[in-house]
Amino acid sequence: MSKVPASARCVVIGAGIVGNSVAYHLARLGWRDIVQVDKGPLPNPGGSTGHASNFIFPVDHSKEMAQLTLDSMAQYQEMGVFTECGGIEVARTAERMQELARRITSAKSWGVEDVRLVTPAEVKQLVPYIDETVILGGFYTPSVGVVDSLRAGTIMRERAMALGALTVAASTEVTGIDVEDGRVVGVRTDGGDIATGCIVIACGCWSPRLARMAGASIPLTPAVHQMKDIGPVPRFADAKGDIEYPIVRDVDTNMYERQHGTGLEVGSYAHRPILYEPEDIPSNAEAALTPTEFPFTQEDFDLQDEHALELMPEIVGDETVGQKYAINGILSLTPDGMPVLGETPEVKGLWSAAAVWIKEGPGVGRALAEWMVHGESEIDLHSSDVARFHEHHKATEHVKSRTAEGFNKTYGIVHPAEQWASNRGVRLSPYYAREQALGAVFFETVGWERPFWYEANAHLVEKFGEAVMPRTAEWEARWWSPIINAEHLQLRQTAGLVDLTAFAIFDVVGPDALAVVQRTAMRQLDVAVGKVVYTPVLSPSGGFKSDLTIMRLGSDHFRVVTGGAHGMADRKWFTDQIAPGEHAQVVDHTSAMTTLGLWGPKARAILAAVTGDDVSHAGFPFGTCRIIEIGPLRVLASRISYVGDLGWELYLPMEQGARLWDLLWEAGREHGLIAVGIGVYGTTGRLEKSYRAYGTELETEYTVVEAGMQTAKVKEQDFVGKAAYLAQRAAEPVAILCSLTVADHTSASGEKRYMLGREPILTRDGQPITDAKGRRSYVTSAGSAPSLGVHVLMSYLPPDLAMVGQGLLVEYLGEQYPVTVAVVGPTPLFDPSNERVLG
Amino acid sequence: MNICVCIKRVPLLGSAIVLTEDQRSIDTSRLGFTVSPHEECAVEAAVQLVEEHGGTITLLCLGPAAAVEQLREQLALGPDRAILLEAADEVEPQATAALMGAAIEADMAATGAPYDLILLGSESADTAGYQTGIRLAHRLGLPAITNVKGLAVADGQVTGERAVGSAREVYRAPLPAVVTTKDGLNVPRYPSVPGRIKARKKAIDIQQVPLPAGVPAGAPAGGMGPRMEKLRLIVPVSEAKGAQDLGTGDQAAARLVEVIRQIGVLA
Repeated sequence: MSKVPASARCVVIGAGIVGNSVAYHLARLGWRDIVQVDKGPLPNPGGSTGHASNFIFPVDHSKEMAQLTLDSMAQYQEMGVFTECGGIEVARTAERMQELARRITSAKSWGVEDVRLVTPAEVKQLVPYIDETVILGGFYTPSVGVVDSLRAGTIMRERAMALGALTVAASTEVTGIDVEDGRVVGVRTDGGDIATGCIVIACGCWSPRLARMAGASIPLTPAVHQMKDIGPVPRFADAKGDIEYPIVRDVDTNMYERQHGTGLEVGSYAHRPILYEPEDIPSNAEAALTPTEFPFTQEDFDLQDEHALELMPEIVGDETVGQKYAINGILSLTPDGMPVLGETPEVKGLWSAAAVWIKEGPGVGRALAEWMVHGESEIDLHSSDVARFHEHHKATEHVKSRTAEGFNKTYGIVHPAEQWASNRGVRLSPYYAREQALGAVFFETVGWERPFWYEANAHLVEKFGEAVMPRTAEWEARWWSPIINAEHLQLRQTAGLVDLTAFAIFDVVGPDALAVVQRTAMRQLDVAVGKVVYTPVLSPSGGFKSDLTIMRLGSDHFRVVTGGAHGMADRKWFTDQIAPGEHAQVVDHTSAMTTLGLWGPKARAILAAVTGDDVSHAGFPFGTCRIIEIGPLRVLASRISYVGDLGWELYLPMEQGARLWDLLWEAGREHGLIAVGIGVYGTTGRLEKSYRAYGTELETEYTVVEAGMQTAKVKEQDFVGKAAYLAQRAAEPVAILCSLTVADHTSASGEKRYMLGREPILTRDGQPITDAKGRRSYVTSAGSAPSLGVHVLMSYLPPDLAMVGQGLLVEYLGEQYPVTVAVVGPTPLFDPSNERVLG
Repeated sequence: MNICVCIKRVPLLGSAIVLTEDQRSIDTSRLGFTVSPHEECAVEAAVQLVEEHGGTITLLCLGPAAAVEQLREQLALGPDRAILLEAADEVEPQATAALMGAAIEADMAATGAPYDLILLGSESADTAGYQTGIRLAHRLGLPAITNVKGLAVADGQVTGERAVGSAREVYRAPLPAVVTTKDGLNVPRYPSVPGRIKARKKAIDIQQVPLPAGVPAGAPAGGMGPRMEKLRLIVPVSEAKGAQDLGTGDQAAARLVEVIRQIGVLA
């Protein structure tokens, strides 16, 4: 007899915190005929939820993660399964104290209230069993709490069932997923088959195995997090509840300690990375405990015992307090540390809800359900999108090496520009050898090695002197060089050659290509062949899905060029816009084509020296593209600029790139051409010009009008987000994107400090700024404007503060600095009339 | 008093057991390891006796190199040192007793401190041969009390209690003696963190085992002797039980009473 319904609107695989949340929110949003299956028993089917430590610290440097966590806390509270106990991250080093100050700024940026730095004595008052002499201070978050995640799951299943929306089949194992024409059509289980066009894989560490059944990929790895419970602790003998003292994160040793009833739970992210394959996990029946509670390996915890003993000698050093329970708990880790959410790019109707922790589970469930039902979520999930991965990201070696590297950074002090050390050199541009010869310092973007600056240009630092705005403080000098600013200044004088191979490039072709790009892009694409259109791409509710350029290369041929980091998600978004029956295709050329940028006052002279084609202003106007011949090469040249100077992006087949570089380099010699790194292209060049970037200024929670990117007219044709866009235009914006400059960089110690981005903008009396939609004002991007000798911060501000000359504050590492609104809206700080670009 | 406690590394099993392809052993590739509950009681008994009488505790284990894990675990509870007789393959009980006996004799000769008491679990948790303790006593020429659930030492004598149905048998033997223990003898303590930290510094003497007498040349080192060969293991077929949902609230109460009647608890 079949244990499962024969068909379903949606099958949610997994009954951990994520699967339960997704099932509930789908039901809440009106879906019916939802079937949830899990191979384990309820309420604890044996995945990572069942052994989670269940505590939640809301502060995170990632806005996306902080928002998901805050939403989850609200949901847990509503369900009555949240116990507030407070939490303290303690510092053993001066460097950590600085990091804690940085966490204060993230708290203020994302709207976490009531956090503060505390002295060792205050920590001792809150946690009387700590040895306060080993710490320098702490970061106290009173709203930290502990949840009952199993109970929450049960409540959410019950609510979905009460709505008549959900059938739950426990102890039912999925044995296969059927796919036809790239779309899921059914799930096979040991309790019968279910016909369905929609599947959610919420299987935690088993998720990759389920994805493989459908030919898709969920790049994560099962990994060990060790924890032990010691007790009974005499001090906790009269404990009335699960938790009565604040949770302590001993972050410098990558550990935490929390009271758990009469015991003390000690957890660690300090041990060697212990990674598994989903196939290594035993079945429920084979496992001694649950499948994801692996046997504890004490030798990996030896050092942690000593660290716990140092911090809490009264309890940990008590010989009568024994280790009652200890596990190598399995959780899911991803190569970039973010969850894996959304519809898989490989299979339509197959959704991933994996690599999610207890702290963000319900928030993820809500966001994913919104995405499934409405086509987008309120919280922007672009950093978690399963479509973000490039092919090489899916390789096991990549997943393992990056998770191994990232594991010990769980509580680490991670600089915002910090580079990965493992699995480098995967994607090399045709210019790589030449760049190496010039002393390129490579940063990685989605596998590509990109020069961030060139040591060969070090002599320019001397040339430009103080204009390079040197930084003396280690934190903001880290992963930075004054050479970036020197390259910037030289480009503005002569010309720079920029390796842009990391661009994602894909063509939309076919008889219906125009219809597809019109539907996808906000701006008019029914333009003459040879036109280049920079356009926002909107979500259904009129937020930013992307911003990118599209070249019309033929009546039914469009080329989309977009940033590498978000390129694969863009490719999926365009592909998804092809309506049933339409004849159009998206063809990816990312790894076939390379791009060189040539910009600066001398760019035209250099290009003219190597081509017989007309590159004069009249012969090659701004915003156009065409094939030109450079030596033996036929190159697609596009006259646009993201750095604010005259020039071209030059596209050609990957294998011919080196020849182009050599030709330009030779011709550029007499014009003072230099190689310029991404430090200029991505930060200084664009910030001087108030150019916005996707993922920083442009996210789904902001509108085109708020970003100041509305066009004079709205195109007649329909496009995704049009109705919302029209409504946005009709209303006054509640926030406006502004460029601010720092009025005084001097810190209390007299050192000049330079913000790096994501810091809170405060009123002159130091209060956080919140707009009418409840969004905090924070620095979306920060960087030097070397041509102007100022440090620029971009931030959305409410209209009453968005006035040129308005004085405000920015908080950076525990101190507040005066800033001034320099520009409201998109007007460039440098060359506001765009003469250099259009000249 | 000087006590030697013999322990064995055994797999930590769930409800289902998976065998290797040749059906001759348990597939432990996805399992953890522990020592049997009987042996945990033996270690606890030793710790209590030393707390009461003073002395030292030496752990002895015959097993793979990885058994160091179990030795450290038990050392954290108080024993002073350990000896690991390293054997890659499983060793049958007769050979085990021979190897352990030889090791104990050699150790006593080396330290000059004879053991007063040698404790073992009544049987190992995996192969459950019930042989090693008695064979070891025979090999060492010592009296043995087996399967005890009560243990005391006084005046050079060991007293052991065995449970026989609802009755108790009490035996007394002069020291030195071999005693094998049953689960329930005591409640073993949990290791403390200070205990673990101390355990890391305690000596584990790792010895490669020589071929025991009677094992023909060419047989695998530490392997089965000639007198007993394991052919294959069989996992008993268990009937699918599956939990039965009796409902919730008042409804469930009536059905629960019915079930209690069915199984004969209520008349």
